[in-house]
Amino acid sequence: MAYVNAPVRKKDAMSLVTGKPVYVEDQIPKNALVVKLLRSPHANAFITSIDKTAAMKVPGVVCILTHEDAPKSRFTTAGQTYPEPSPYDRLILDRHLRCAGDPVAIVAAETAQAAERAVRMIKVKYDVREPLLDFRKAKDNPILVHPEDDFKALCPVGADNKRNLCSTDVFEIGDVEKELAACDVVCTRTYHTKANNQAMMETFRTFTYLDEYGRLTVVSSTQVPFHVRRILSNALEIKKSQIRVIKPRIGGGFGAKQSVVSELFPALVTMKTGRPASIIYTREESMTNGSPRHEMQMTVRVGADQSGVIRVIDLYALSNAGAYGDHGPTTIGLVSHKSLSLYGGLSAARFACDVVYTNTMGGGAYRGYGATQGIFAVEAAVSEIAAKLSMDPCEIREKNMVAEGQIMHTYYGEPCNSCALDRCMQKAKEMMQWNEKYPRKVLENGHIRSVGVAMAMQGSGISGVDIGSVEIRLNDDGFYTLLVGCTDMGTGCDTILSQMAADCLECDIDNIAVRGVDTDQSPYDTGSYASSTTYVTGMAVVKTCESLRKKIIEMGASMLGVSVDEVSFDGKRVYVIADENRSVTISEIGYASYEGHNHCLSASESHSSPVSPPPFMVGMAEIDLDPLTGEVNVIDYVGVVDCGTVINKNLARVQTEGGIVQGIGMALYEDIRYSERGTMQNNSFMQYKIPSRLDLNTIRVAFESSYEPTGPFGAKSIGELVINTPSPAIVDAIYNATGLWFDTLPVRAEDIALGLLKK
Amino acid sequence: MVVTITVNGTKYTDDISPDLPLLDYVRSKGCLSVKRGCETSNCGLCTVHLDGKPVLSCSVLAVRANGRQVTTLEGLEEEARAFGAFLADEGGEQCGFCSPGFIMNVLAMAHELDDPTDEEIREYLAGNLCRCTGYQSQLRAIRKYLTSKKEG
Repeated sequence: MAYVNAPVRKKDAMSLVTGKPVYVEDQIPKNALVVKLLRSPHANAFITSIDKTAAMKVPGVVCILTHEDAPKSRFTTAGQTYPEPSPYDRLILDRHLRCAGDPVAIVAAETAQAAERAVRMIKVKYDVREPLLDFRKAKDNPILVHPEDDFKALCPVGADNKRNLCSTDVFEIGDVEKELAACDVVCTRTYHTKANNQAMMETFRTFTYLDEYGRLTVVSSTQVPFHVRRILSNALEIKKSQIRVIKPRIGGGFGAKQSVVSELFPALVTMKTGRPASIIYTREESMTNGSPRHEMQMTVRVGADQSGVIRVIDLYALSNAGAYGDHGPTTIGLVSHKSLSLYGGLSAARFACDVVYTNTMGGGAYRGYGATQGIFAVEAAVSEIAAKLSMDPCEIREKNMVAEGQIMHTYYGEPCNSCALDRCMQKAKEMMQWNEKYPRKVLENGHIRSVGVAMAMQGSGISGVDIGSVEIRLNDDGFYTLLVGCTDMGTGCDTILSQMAADCLECDIDNIAVRGVDTDQSPYDTGSYASSTTYVTGMAVVKTCESLRKKIIEMGASMLGVSVDEVSFDGKRVYVIADENRSVTISEIGYASYEGHNHCLSASESHSSPVSPPPFMVGMAEIDLDPLTGEVNVIDYVGVVDCGTVINKNLARVQTEGGIVQGIGMALYEDIRYSERGTMQNNSFMQYKIPSRLDLNTIRVAFESSYEPTGPFGAKSIGELVINTPSPAIVDAIYNATGLWFDTLPVRAEDIALGLLKK
Repeated sequence: MVVTITVNGTKYTDDISPDLPLLDYVRSKGCLSVKRGCETSNCGLCTVHLDGKPVLSCSVLAVRANGRQVTTLEGLEEEARAFGAFLADEGGEQCGFCSPGFIMNVLAMAHELDDPTDEEIREYLAGNLCRCTGYQSQLRAIRKYLTSKKEG
């Protein structure tokens, strides 16, 4: 293997570092209309009238669309495989405004200035209602977020709009109450995690135009081009055959762009006017009306015996869908599947959940997708029960962690075929010098140095649902074209899939031209989310290469006038095994396939996996805590990852470092807050603080690879896993420093300082 | 008002609106490397050099550049490639959206600071946010770049 497991440079790297115009905004046609939105100042209101007469008189304004002009079919903007589990609860423009910032009118003008001026001149009368803002009071509240009769759920997720329920579920394995009663120690605590914004550097943005065939072309910063095609068809009430979606380079996604956010507005303008149209979300719009992580409240009961064997975990999760149910019914499942399954020997486990509507911003997909919240709660509770047992938090995990060969009863009953969690723990302890540093040391300046630990897992794609397809063509002179439908969002999947193809075809990676994504031309792929691309689409690459090799061998054999059994292919040539001097080069085969043959050499295979093998990780934080101010600095973080075979050493490492830092942001800084009226208070980078360079010290990453038999080259996923350990590891470290458990994120300095004063 | 601004060595005379940010002015001149990531001068994506010094072009009016030299990444292609190669070899560009502003500030730092410590590097670049990388790979790239420059 020349490329797999090597630190290969990304194929698009030099374009990116030299600032080439490869993103959506750089490619907007000069004559495109600028689209701006009038947004609701109220969290719950009905529009009683809209007067756009004055606004229409602003020079340069071309059209202003309101709910009266928009189609009336409800749909979901969640980028999921059809039939989507997320309820159909949206309109492009609705008379009922369900959260602050909901769109009231779409304005399209020749210039941004004209559009902005017109937005300010639209006169709207609102029937303002009391908003439902506290998700703990949402279920069966008389204030209904979705009172409409045409609300519908395509899947049986337990949605009931007359009870503010987006979904509900419960499962139990064994007898939880009986096991809890039999435990020596039980630890019960309720945890609260906030909505977090993905804060990708490129905000939501799209431009649209009618192409030479009169079809709607949508160029968008999206993770899910094929889902965008379907969602736009649903929302605009036009045929899917009339829509083409193109994804250029995109400036980060982290799940935010697994929903349709900005696409609908310019699309509707183009359909109404026939003109190209574009929208660039401001940072404020991205913050107030994006698709953030679901806020959750989780109650955990963990029971163990005196020796530290964890026998039972009971978990209840309440999730705030916000105003719309995008990803609500699906994120909640991961809360339990990807936390409880870290523990292999449970005699009983239970998970119950409610996902409720409120008049806050609708949630969406954010890296980790519920697993992050669930792992925070369960891992913090496990650390607490270890403390109750006076046990090292690493030791209780070593005693109970899931192991290769076990059946994971809380993970769809899947077998654990690849797991190096034990080695991850051992390696992390060595790297952190855990035994020397645990639990704390008080420095001369009074600061406390302490360490904390957590484990994590995720999935690799959605089993039985996600599909990855690729096509590989042999061209003249023997180079290959690799067409992919998955979406590189900076993560480097175009490159790692090329690495796999180059190894399978035994060629130079520069001999592979990769191209994604255009729904008219790329083979179908569900898109890049759910940690699917390396694992699912990667396997499609392996299968496609096998098919193509077969065709190359057939053609080579036929050119040599022998049977296929008599030849072999080494990437450069097809040769007769018995007489290696008789051969045809791949270049000759390429040329020949273009001349007088009935088959150009091309192969396309799809892959879907019946299982979703979890990657695993151990994270350890070392913090410096000032007991006078409560300020916490993460001075060192160690992450040891089992993602199966590492396909690209550099990119896997950077994924891990980046995920850890996002996780540190979630643990210590990031906190979406609302006013009493339901408007977001911290809607900018000035107020919503993501980690900067100054917030970090060293982050050290290592890999302990297992081999996943169902993955390409033994690989599993990495993208989401890596955000999951910082919150519980830091909360554990704060306990080890202060003796206080914090159950609400982010843990702010003032909470720690006040906690210490009260102690 | 009428201004004369030199962008990457080319002199332009334009009648511009007094409230036009420098960011939008240079983009209108085809300097599409310059990105906007926020509206609050927090992200550093729009960093350009004004008479050789890094500024946030979202927060500088184009009229302030009257009679001055503006340099964007397009004007520093060679240096961008030299440092960019180190960044690429760490995988530290990721989505690449913050790279142009970040690289403009790295190049300014390399001129301004002699043999900076990690702490000095962090402080100089504190205003350049990145959501993908967690900054570690960028620091590795900067270290290697500075060493290679020193070794000539």
